[in-house]
Amino acid sequence: MRRTEFLRPIFLYRAFVLATCAFMPVLAPLVGEPYWTDIFLRIMIWAIAAVSLDLILGFGGMISFGHAMFIGLGGYTVGILAYYEIFNGFIQWPLAVLISGAVAAVIGAVCLRTRGIYFIMITLAFGQMIYFLGVSAEEYGSDDGLIIEARSEFAISVGDASWALDLGDPMVFYYLVFIILVVVLGIVQRIVNSRFGMVIRGVKSNQGRMAALGFDPFRYKLVCFIIAGMICGLAGALMANGEKYISPDMMHWTKSGELIFMVVLGGMATVFGPVTGALVFLFLSEILSNITQNWHLIFGPFLVLVVLFARRGIDGLFARNTKER
Amino acid sequence: MNLVLIAEQTLNGLQFGILLFLLAAGLTLVFGIMDLVNLAHGSFYMMGAFLFATFYTLTGSFFLGIALGIPATLAVGVVTEVLALRPLYARNHLDQVLATFGLILFFNQLVQVIWPLDGMSVPMPAYLDGAVRIGFGIEYPVYRIMIIGSGLAVAAGLYFLVQRTRLGMVIRAGASNRTMVGALGVDIKLLFTLVFGLGAVLAGFAGMLMTPILSATSGMGEQILILAFVVIVIGGIGSIRGAFIAAIITGLIDTLGRSFLDVLLLAVLPANAAEAAGPALSSMLIYILMVAVLFFRPQGLFPPKVR
Repeated sequence: MRRTEFLRPIFLYRAFVLATCAFMPVLAPLVGEPYWTDIFLRIMIWAIAAVSLDLILGFGGMISFGHAMFIGLGGYTVGILAYYEIFNGFIQWPLAVLISGAVAAVIGAVCLRTRGIYFIMITLAFGQMIYFLGVSAEEYGSDDGLIIEARSEFAISVGDASWALDLGDPMVFYYLVFIILVVVLGIVQRIVNSRFGMVIRGVKSNQGRMAALGFDPFRYKLVCFIIAGMICGLAGALMANGEKYISPDMMHWTKSGELIFMVVLGGMATVFGPVTGALVFLFLSEILSNITQNWHLIFGPFLVLVVLFARRGIDGLFARNTKER
Repeated sequence: MNLVLIAEQTLNGLQFGILLFLLAAGLTLVFGIMDLVNLAHGSFYMMGAFLFATFYTLTGSFFLGIALGIPATLAVGVVTEVLALRPLYARNHLDQVLATFGLILFFNQLVQVIWPLDGMSVPMPAYLDGAVRIGFGIEYPVYRIMIIGSGLAVAAGLYFLVQRTRLGMVIRAGASNRTMVGALGVDIKLLFTLVFGLGAVLAGFAGMLMTPILSATSGMGEQILILAFVVIVIGGIGSIRGAFIAAIITGLIDTLGRSFLDVLLLAVLPANAAEAAGPALSSMLIYILMVAVLFFRPQGLFPPKVR
């Protein structure tokens, strides 16, 4: 990599976005808009979910219309454990990730037998199933959801020495989410450039050819689907912690649609694109809903226009060629 | 659980199935012929309901409401097709899903702006209110019988249109091979608009029929739209016959499942487990059916023959 690589617009842009996220808790009060920190917290959590969707949708060509179910699974794992007064984050978070991964394994094994429009529909059907599971869980509040009393507790004590992470402190939680976002971006970057990632991208462009080369497309896609589910489950756990509230609404099918939109808006098959997508989506909905209560009236047609005229997404505008993605 | 209740619920299931068919027919035609995934199809169901409710309230006549509501829904459908959907035919399914998702947001909000109250409800016309004895000690609401009757009539009319008329022949040909139909000199653009308008009217009609029972609300289209998608996937995308059979099956399973599944579960599970699982399982039943069908027959039960 030459030294000037870092001066290219795409790198400058990505660094700028991450820096904005990093300094928002300091910047927002200075500008006199402290609630921007909350918006950015939500943006980062949604970005993690969108990045995970991009892994299967953008890189793997699997158009899942049920991805929000993993947000729900992660969120409900944290919420239900908290309901039984298990606040230990070392139990809550790994369990949220594991359950999401296990469900992804089962659902993926069924869904990945279908292709094209049938895959879209069958993932939607599974998303609906999980959604209705949440709706009919009377013990956990049905439609109304559950209020979570306290955020996850991370505390270790070895002998006399003890260490604890107080997520109740908004700053601590904000920066934990920021670090997780950066780590997730790094992991996904590694995955898509690895041999595994190459196979996944190869399967997207020509499944038959990859099979002829000796790769079993089904197994690679399934593993990819599971990884995406696990990352999204983590995002769900973060969301439950952030809002201190879970409800079936977090896995409503429109949320899956919004996730797809974030990915497409930011730029499919780019690691950083979904972050841009989440940023623009949530900021736009914030701004528009401040202007008018009927903001969907503007937002709906905007979505149509993006699809019709901005196929490469915003991140794609900065990249001069596909190599830079 | 007695036989009268079972018979009643079976009729309810049939009525729901017919309603689903009205939506699924348009959806499957649009998908089969234009290869367009139209998530916004449920919006025509909603627009139909609101337009009908408005005309019904203005004129005071149920039938005038329907007679005026149908051309109005047709207009909404045609305008949507021409403005938003035409550029989408050549795009992939992901683009279509996203753009029509945007249309849903638009229509739901539009309805809230035009009809600012919390939805619109209309009275049941007096001559359709009440119930009749239909033998075996079963009393069934007249209005629901009317829904079943008019739904079956529409299904028959659609069958006649598609199987027995020249237009239907072109539509079927379009479903098999779009390019060839275009090459044979059929104005494919006009055909698309026509079929789309027809689908919108069918969906709108279903919405109108439901308004006196459920009242028109923003977002009413989505729940039933997903069910309609389940129906066309089970029936085989592009097949009207498949849509009809799958719609009836789905309607029956959903309705009967909701009323009797907990009773059945009680027979095999302990009471508290059955009580907890009953509502969850019954609302998931048709999705499980769809997954099972897709697993064993990935093209649906009655895939149209494509050359």
